[in-house]
Formats: sequence, C-alpha cells, structure tokens
Amino acid sequence: MTLELARWQFAAVTVFHFFFVPMTIGLGVLVAVMQTLALVRHDQTWDRLSRFFGRIFLISLAVGVVSGIVLEFQFGMNWSAYSVFVGNIFGAPLAIEGLLAFFLESTFIGLWVFGRERLSPRLHLATIWIVSIGTILSAFFILAANAWMQHPVGYTVEDDQAVLTNFGALLTNSTLWASFAHTVVAALATGAALTLGISIWRARRATEGVERDAFRRAAVLTCGVLLVAVVLSAVSGDLQARLMDVQQPMKMAAAEALYNTQNGASFSLLTIGNLSGQPIFQIRVPHLLSLIADLDWNGTVIGINQMQAAEVAKYGPGNYAPILWLTYWSFRAMVGAGILMIVVGAWGIWLSWRKKLLSSRWFLRAALAGIALPIIANASGWIFTEAGRQPWIVYGLMETAKGVSTVPTADVAAALAGFVAVYSVLAVLAIVLVARAAHRPLDRVDEAAAGEGPPAPTRLVY
Amino acid sequence: MATYTGLSALWFSLIGLLWAGYFFLEGFDFGVGMVSPLVSRDDTDRRLCLNAVGPVWDGNEVWLLVAGGATFAAFPLWYASLFSGAYLALFLVLLALIVRGVSFEFRGKFDSPGWRRTWDVANFAGSLVAALIWGVAFTNFAHGLPLSAAGYTGGLLGLLHPLAVLGGLAALAVFAFHGSVFLTLKTSGALHERARSTARFAGMAAVVLLAATIAGVAAGGRPWAGAEGALPGAVPLTLGVVGVLLLAGAVLLVGRGREALAFGATGGAILLSVGAVWGLMYPMVIPASSGAVVPGVAGVTLALAASHPYTLTVMTIVAAIFTPLVLLYQGWTYWVFRQRLVRPLDASVSGPVAGGG
Repeated sequence: MTLELARWQFAAVTVFHFFFVPMTIGLGVLVAVMQTLALVRHDQTWDRLSRFFGRIFLISLAVGVVSGIVLEFQFGMNWSAYSVFVGNIFGAPLAIEGLLAFFLESTFIGLWVFGRERLSPRLHLATIWIVSIGTILSAFFILAANAWMQHPVGYTVEDDQAVLTNFGALLTNSTLWASFAHTVVAALATGAALTLGISIWRARRATEGVERDAFRRAAVLTCGVLLVAVVLSAVSGDLQARLMDVQQPMKMAAAEALYNTQNGASFSLLTIGNLSGQPIFQIRVPHLLSLIADLDWNGTVIGINQMQAAEVAKYGPGNYAPILWLTYWSFRAMVGAGILMIVVGAWGIWLSWRKKLLSSRWFLRAALAGIALPIIANASGWIFTEAGRQPWIVYGLMETAKGVSTVPTADVAAALAGFVAVYSVLAVLAIVLVARAAHRPLDRVDEAAAGEGPPAPTRLVY
Repeated sequence: MATYTGLSALWFSLIGLLWAGYFFLEGFDFGVGMVSPLVSRDDTDRRLCLNAVGPVWDGNEVWLLVAGGATFAAFPLWYASLFSGAYLALFLVLLALIVRGVSFEFRGKFDSPGWRRTWDVANFAGSLVAALIWGVAFTNFAHGLPLSAAGYTGGLLGLLHPLAVLGGLAALAVFAFHGSVFLTLKTSGALHERARSTARFAGMAAVVLLAATIAGVAAGGRPWAGAEGALPGAVPLTLGVVGVLLLAGAVLLVGRGREALAFGATGGAILLSVGAVWGLMYPMVIPASSGAVVPGVAGVTLALAASHPYTLTVMTIVAAIFTPLVLLYQGWTYWVFRQRLVRPLDASVSGPVAGGG
C-alpha cells in the first residue's frame, strides 16, 4: 500500500509541477524576446507587451518554484531505497542543477522584477535572458538525471549501489539530448500557445487601435513560434521514438499496445474495445508504427509478448509490461494534441498572410482552446515516458517496487492528501490570477517610460 | 561500500556551509515574515516588509535546495535515511515553504483586505512553521536521534522531545532577531523604530533560548563521542558559546544604532550555531542518541554514507568552478538593492503594482 501511495504522490507532485515548468520556460523566452525587440527597435509596443506577459510569466514561475522544492525531497522521502542505490549518479545532476540553474534563475528574477529602475536597460534585458537560460539549464540537468533512469550509462554496480564511472557519458547520453530537445521546444510551444490565445482574444476585443495593433503583433509572432516549435517537437519526438525502439523496445510496443512482433507495423489512431488483442473498432494507418520506430516502411517492431519473454529470460520471472491502456492513450493524447497545435499554428499563419487574423471567430475559438493543447501534450507525454518505463524505476537495474521507502502508510497517505489539497487550491488560484492578468490593460506609455530619469526612492513591487 | 576519504569530510563541511548559508540568508526572510505583524501598523508597512526581502528571498531559498541536492549526491544514505525518517516533519516544512513562497507573488494581485490578510497569514505562518521545524531538526542532529538497525522510526512525535522544542523556539527567536535587525537596515522612520525595539526583545529571548538549548545539548552526553575522528566536545561548545555572546553583543549594538554590525553579529551567531551542530555530529551524519546501532558504531558514519570518490571528485570540480560565480552575482544583487526602503508619500492611494514592472 505504501508503494501505491508513494507512486500516486510522485505522479501528483510531478505532473502538477510539470504543468508550470514548460509554461515558465516558454513564457520566459518569449518575454525576453519581446523585451529585446523593444530595446533593439526602440519600440514601446513590445515593451508594454513584455510587461503584460511578464506578469503572467511570474505567476507561472511562482507556482513552478514552490512545487519544485517538493521534488528535491521526494526521492529521499518516498524512494529512499532508490536514493541509496542511485545517489552516486542521480544526485550529481540534481545538485549541479541547484548550483548552476536554480541560483541563476532565482537571483536574476529578483533583479528583473525589482531592478527596472536600478539597472540600465541593457543590463535589465540581460537579467531576463539569464533567467531564461537558468530555466533551460535546469531542464537539462533534471533530464540528465531522468535520462539515466531511462537508459543508464557510465556506471557500474558495486555493493548494491550504482556507481558513476563516467560523468561525460551521463551528459552525452543520447536519451538526454533527444528528450532535452523535445522538452525545450514543447515548452516554447506551451508559452506560444498561451500568448497566442490571449493575444487574439485581446486584439479582437480591444477598443483602441494601439492595443489592437500591439496584441496583433504578439499574435503573429507567437503563431510563428508555435508552428516552428511544434514541428520541431515532432522531429525531436521521432528521434526519441527511434532511440526508444532500441533502448526500451517494451515502451515502443506499449505505445501501440502491439502484442506480437510485426514488420511494417501499422499505427491505430484509436481503438474501441479492449487492448488485450481483441479490438471492436479501430482506425489504423498502415506502416506508420514501423516508420515511427525505425524510419523504415517495413521496419520490425518487437511485440509485447516477445519482449516479455526476452525480459523473463534476462531478469527472471515477472511481468515486464507497463499498464497498456495508460501508455496507449497517453501516447495518443500527446501526438493528437501536437497535430492539433500544428493545425492552429498553420491556420494562424495562413490567416495572418491573408490579413484576416483577427476577423475569424473560429480562429479565436481555436486559439483559446489551443492554450490547453500543449498542457495536455506535456502532461501525457511525461506520463507516457514514465509509465512506459514501468515496472522499472531504473531501466533494467531496479524495479520501482524495490525503490520505495519504509515509511508508515498513513504518513504517505497524509502527505499525498496534503499535497493534493494544497495543489488544487494553487491550481485554481493560478488560473484565476492568469485570467485576471490577461484582462489587464497594457501599461500606459508613461508608466512604461518610468525607467527614465532619476530612480524613485522606493517602488513597492509586492 | 564507499571508502572513507578526505573528500567525504570536505563534502560534509560543504553541506554544513550550505545549511549555514541557508539559515543566514533565509533566516532573515523568515524573521521578517514573523515580525511583520508586530512592526507593521498598516498595509504599506506590511508591503515595505515584503519588499525588503522581495528581490532576494527566492535566491536565499535555493541554498536549501543545493544543500538537499549535495547531500543526495555526496551522501545518498544520509539523504535517504534522514528525509524518509523525518517524513512528516519535512512534509510540514514543504507545505510551509509552498504557502509562504506564493504569498509574495499572490498578495498584491487582488485589491481586497481579506485576500491580502490571507497571504499575510500565509507568509507569517509559513515562516514560523519552517523556522520552528528547522530548529527542532538541528537540535535533534546535535543531540542525536534514537536509531535502531532500521534507521529512525520514531515519527514526528519522536522528534518533538522537550529539548528539541526548546531548540525550535531558539531558532524562532534567533531568526526573528536576525530578521528584525535586517529590517532596521532596510527601513526608515517609524517602521525602523518599531523594528529596532522588536529586535531588542527578540534578541533577549534569542540569547536566553539559544543558551538554554546549548546547555541542554551539552548535558546530553553524545554517545558517539568516542568514534574515531570525533572532535573534543569543547570545540562545538566554544562555537555555540561564542554564538550566544555574539547574539548578546548584537542586542547591545542594536540599542546603540550600530545596525550593520548587529546584523553581522546575528549572522555570525547563526553560522557558528550550525558549525557547532556539525562539529558535534562529526564523524556521524546521523548520530544515535540511543548508543551503538551496530556494534561499536553509534550512528550512520560519513564513511558509510559517502558516495564513491569519483562522484565526489566530479562534484568538487563543479563546485570549485561555479560556487565563486554564484557568490559573486548573489553578492552583487545585495549591492544593487542596498538602499533603505522609504515609505512612499502617496502610500495611501497607490494600489499594489504587480511584479515585472
């Protein structure tokens, strides 16, 4: 029971944190780009936009930061056997993440928020870029730790502990670079989709021309960013799929719930019925799974039954398949949301080229609904990659069931209930506050120009 | 199992320094959070208190995350046993840090007294609970934990023995003192005067409570004192006593208006107190008050918990390169925001200005 509750707790705190992380990374870059445009082009409009979206960025950042603290301690609290086993390896990127990334983002965000009047415009611009670099570095190091769980490299096992033998291998892990690329572009898409939805909505309801023009420009920018980011996320996702086919074939098979090895395997868009091999209704795209896995029309995709037999032979008796309905549907939710994002981005660019970006009521609806798409894709992608690795906590080395702490079940349940309760309130507050920030008028030009002249003695930010 | 090396002793010290830095820095944010209701007379005062730590509190909190990460990497067994053993205590700290952390950003977002009061309470309670539990935890480290072969299994209540509660109260008072001295440095006018008188009261309480905690710990015995490498009890005791003297000096300095010196002294007392705890623990990472856990060893030793030398070497190189850089830019932040906050003349009419400009 402790094991199940510990898993639910980890899933809850991680997925919640990961709602805000990609949003923060993506918005950070976009706000930095807007502030750069303002400075380089001496353009008040971009300055006002960067302040407007900067507020939303800070709400997302605040929730991301506090929910991130929890994760630093989750491993020791709930997964102490795992922590002892992997600490030599997994702890290092975590510590380095703190030293290189957290210090950078937390210190420079203070400078960005409070330093507008104290720093020169160039220096102030540098602070938001440094914050962005910090958030991206943070993604790199936490993914370095996670990639090692997916595909362990550069280690030996001594006295029941995994021991690091090659730090370079940890940082050059192919799994790391593929998932880092995928995560960063997905984060950009997340920020872009939110900015696009808000911008289209604000531009259409703007009463004055200046505001309408400002949000239209933001919409055009983020439409482009969205489309490029989602296409790149498909490319990097494909790279990941091919690595997965070699490194974790069971996960690849589980993505399709493919029971038996096939050449030229097809991909089902949806299945009605059960996933244990007897679907009632399916829509299938021939050869697509082989293309995803091998980039080959007739490539071989190993089935779950064959992988199960192979892993039993290698690791002994046990069930080595993940929860198939979860991997099957989370994979489809991710890919499906991605395809819809491409549609939204391409449609927006088409409309913008035809100078009709703001006149289509249907596009407004699509752009507003589009805010949710990357959030769905991020959560389901993360659930897929973690659930698809099961029953392993470290692939091939340690099973999840063996990593759990010996903590009283009641304590784990209490903490789970507490985190869920607090996070539910935080989620509602975050949504309400972002919605409120999205309703605010753009700063007046004289406010935006407040940085000129002698600094005011005290500007109360909080 | 990993071999005992000088590297593990180095990392034990570095983790102590990270905790000391964390308590020095976040100690004053906690203190400001705790004394804000005492020194504030209106909404503007409360905002001045929040803004006094506004640019720096987040960076201060990262010291905790790096201490946690470094413990994980350098001493996996320490990280795993401590945080699973003190499960509910750590859970409460995390909740406190969550509600406190968002209170900064959220408080000004609605112009409603009820909303603002909610986040004032969150900031106050979050600071108080976190400070109290850290004090309880560090007193337990100094006194040792009742360990069995299965580790620490006493739960939350097992941590809350009278001496530990005394230590928790001492931490509350020390941080409240440290925070109010910080406020005297950052404020002016009537708020400054109130921060000063609060500092003197908190300071006197801090001196008494810290001295009592040190006496209680010193009377406790230290069953692991015979372990190879353990420091003579006089070393940590001296650190602790000098810490108390610094606190007493800080009370006098605040009375004379020497606020910067007083802040140095309260900070010094915090650093020395963590140093004393670390000096008491060595060569254990989790000392056992209950005596030998396995024959002849009263606790979890550094040597048992330490990572392989390769990991420690990598970490040492990374830390040697990046720590100076971190100290440099964090120090620069304090320089940029060195001015005192001045109460705005039109404070009564200016609504909250949201972050980011």
